[in-house]
Amino acid sequence: MAHIKETRRELALECCLLAGKIMMESGAETYRVEDTMMRMAVSQNMMNAHCFVTPTGIMFSPSDELATRFVRINSRRTDLEQVALVNAVSRKLVSGEYTLQEAYEEMQIINKTDYLFSMKLQVLASAIASGCFMILIGGNWSDFPFAFLFGGLGYFIVEMILAQTRVKIFSEFIGSFMVAVLASLVVNLGWGTNLDTIIIGSVIPLVPGLLITNAVRDLMAGHFVSGLSNGAEAFLTAFAIGAGVAFVLSF
Amino acid sequence: MNWLLEALLSFIAAASFGIVFNAPQKTLVSCGLVGMSGWLIYRAYFLAFDDSVQASFAGAFAVALAAHILAKKFKMPMIIFSIAGIIPLVPGSKAYNAMRNIVENNYLEAIAFASEALMVSGAIAMGLVFAEVLMQLFFKQQAKRMQKKSA
Repeated sequence: MAHIKETRRELALECCLLAGKIMMESGAETYRVEDTMMRMAVSQNMMNAHCFVTPTGIMFSPSDELATRFVRINSRRTDLEQVALVNAVSRKLVSGEYTLQEAYEEMQIINKTDYLFSMKLQVLASAIASGCFMILIGGNWSDFPFAFLFGGLGYFIVEMILAQTRVKIFSEFIGSFMVAVLASLVVNLGWGTNLDTIIIGSVIPLVPGLLITNAVRDLMAGHFVSGLSNGAEAFLTAFAIGAGVAFVLSF
Repeated sequence: MNWLLEALLSFIAAASFGIVFNAPQKTLVSCGLVGMSGWLIYRAYFLAFDDSVQASFAGAFAVALAAHILAKKFKMPMIIFSIAGIIPLVPGSKAYNAMRNIVENNYLEAIAFASEALMVSGAIAMGLVFAEVLMQLFFKQQAKRMQKKSA
């Protein structure tokens, strides 16, 4: 009997850690990850559980007797669908709709499945977003095709270089650099009219919106370590984009 | 520019950001609506009072309110709806102008643009937080009322 109880608690521990890991890897706020993990732990009768989540690792101490566990988070990307799915599973586990075993299996399926939209669709979406945004900030309709093209291209370049090198700041620098080069080329050839709005529109898909909102949310919720590191990442990204554009404009 | 066109463009832009961030498919339209409400309120405030800091605050506030309501409705984390709506408010052109002036050695002008960009970012952050606190207070009150009724 004691043995069964022990494995059950091990499973609950695994389940909490897996939920936290998936959520953190797909870009949820730190305070939400901690909240979800604690709710799941309490629903599994781990009253003394403590967890400490940072953007690069999760520490989770289930109770006085069980050992503290640690998970490293290596890659982070934005995948809001996974956040929503894990959130739904944890809700069902807490409300008693799922048993622990079911929740764990569901979580493993979520972890293995790739929910991302196809690359083509993502590039198309960022192209459309760039074009629309260029008009919104007061660009000319005649520049629309250029913002559309360069917005998609910039996003594509960043994703490709990121997949190859895994250095985020470098890929963003090259992406915005290429956008600025192409935009100034088009304007110098006389095809485009307003260099500023074309560049601003085209780099907007690279803007670290998720990081900024998460940093603010975490700082306000009292998670200073995560807030500051998210803020640092957002600042580095913004700096890389700015440097890429500035490099071209300085000629 | 006319309002209908701006509404349409901001809707499409925000929904596209939803795709880039891989929001769940059934929420894409709502993401677009959140972005549209945020942008329209930002523009309306800006045209009425000509202050981009306050306008950004109003826009971010609207985005967070709408995101909260939708999060309750869909039973999903609020972050899914708010991110796509926040991006159009980010002071991209001010940051760009600041950088451009630095490159052209106009440091004084660059400082003016950079501090404006900083103020706008701060205003967006404050808007998000204020709306969140307000909604939490509101939902707490509502929960209390429900408890009293059932008791």
